[in-house]
Amino acid sequence: MTPLETGLFGNFTAVHLAYLFKSIGWTLLLSLLAFALGAVGGFGVMLARISPRRWLCGLAMVYIEGIQGIPLLILLFIVYYGLSLYGYSLPALVAAGLAMMLYVSAYLGDIWRGCIDAMPRPQWEAAECLALTRWQTLRLVIVPQALRLSLPPTVGFLVQIIKMTSLASVIGFVELTRAGQVINNTIFQPFLIFSLVGAFYFVLCYPLSRWSEAMERKLNVAHR
Amino acid sequence: MSPIVSLREVHKTFGVNPVLKGVSFEVSKGEMIAIIGASGSGKSTALRCMDRLETIDSGSIEVAGIRVDDPAVDLKQLRREVGIVFQSYNLFPHLTVAANIMLALRHVKHQTKAQARATALQVLEKVGLHAKADAYPEQLSGGQQQRVAIARSLAMAPQVMLFDEVTSALDPQLTGEVLRVMEDLAAGGMTMLLVTHEMAFARRVADRIIFMHQGKVWETGPGEMLDQPRTPELRAFLDNGL
Repeated sequence: MTPLETGLFGNFTAVHLAYLFKSIGWTLLLSLLAFALGAVGGFGVMLARISPRRWLCGLAMVYIEGIQGIPLLILLFIVYYGLSLYGYSLPALVAAGLAMMLYVSAYLGDIWRGCIDAMPRPQWEAAECLALTRWQTLRLVIVPQALRLSLPPTVGFLVQIIKMTSLASVIGFVELTRAGQVINNTIFQPFLIFSLVGAFYFVLCYPLSRWSEAMERKLNVAHR
Repeated sequence: MSPIVSLREVHKTFGVNPVLKGVSFEVSKGEMIAIIGASGSGKSTALRCMDRLETIDSGSIEVAGIRVDDPAVDLKQLRREVGIVFQSYNLFPHLTVAANIMLALRHVKHQTKAQARATALQVLEKVGLHAKADAYPEQLSGGQQQRVAIARSLAMAPQVMLFDEVTSALDPQLTGEVLRVMEDLAAGGMTMLLVTHEMAFARRVADRIIFMHQGKVWETGPGEMLDQPRTPELRAFLDNGL
């Protein structure tokens, strides 16, 4: 049967649609996991990156450069297949979450380091002169101000994370992309199915992109 | 009485530029000292060295019994004894006026919220901004922001207060209100060192004036020294400035 004979929807049924819908949940879960773990890791990377201790700062730099120079797909392979070689057999969700944590923390760490660096030097000085410690200054003066600045790029990166979860399909984690592949393997209607999958990603990502843009505009107005 | 601030043969170089070339002077408790001089004469650097915002190359600095040049100096202790106010106010924009003042009271002096708030209101009263406690810095004029910055320093009850060109960024009208606050402080017996371009104010209020030139203390004396400069450099500086 050619697509012309089967009509636009052909063998695609409500069951397939429900399957796709359910898989969106897994995409969101993996995105959330990657973001949450990556944020914790990223905060640590940011702290290390701005540390006055040379070795710690250097270590963070090597980490950022290293991770940013490796495709996420390869990180997924390393974590999923690499660890199983040593007898640690990880569920696909855990392996994907771990690999994405490594990846996301390098990027978020770098983004946030930039936001901290953008805070005016005199703010540090003023806090220091009030006898606040470095950690207090960071926590009470610098981070609260940098937070506003970091929100647009952070949400922007969240959009990237959602799209990148599709790579987890290659290690067999059944999220949106993998679900599309599974359905396509049975009814072979790639154009329809992957257009639908693409549309679902778009619906997830577009509001976040707009939100990030709106925040950035507001920030630029405030800074003028 | 032993001096509360003393600098001895202080040298400081930025890269290849010597900024302080053997600066020595002493300040007694309760004195108000105005440091004047052309830009590049090292006056701001000297002030910043006293709070260890800059480290010195040689010589010694002692403030409130603390050896500032000691590499192992307890910075926290030093900064509790020394307050500093900057040209650019440097208030924390995300906090209200009261919260700006309460921050260090709570986290450095470990006061309760209520205690800190009471102290904040008290010092705000002193600078005449009691009513602005819950405003944000951006809602205040430059002069008001600078008065809050002074109140913030004052709240920590320092023994010595440093003022680094605190009126240089202000309109003439706003300068007056800040100078009045400083005059009140001086009258209250606070030990103050201020780097300033307000010659009339320095002459009238300062107990002593230190004229710095090319990284050295060139001339020092009471306010009247501005009427009869002894050195040609001070004369030239005054002629250019006034």
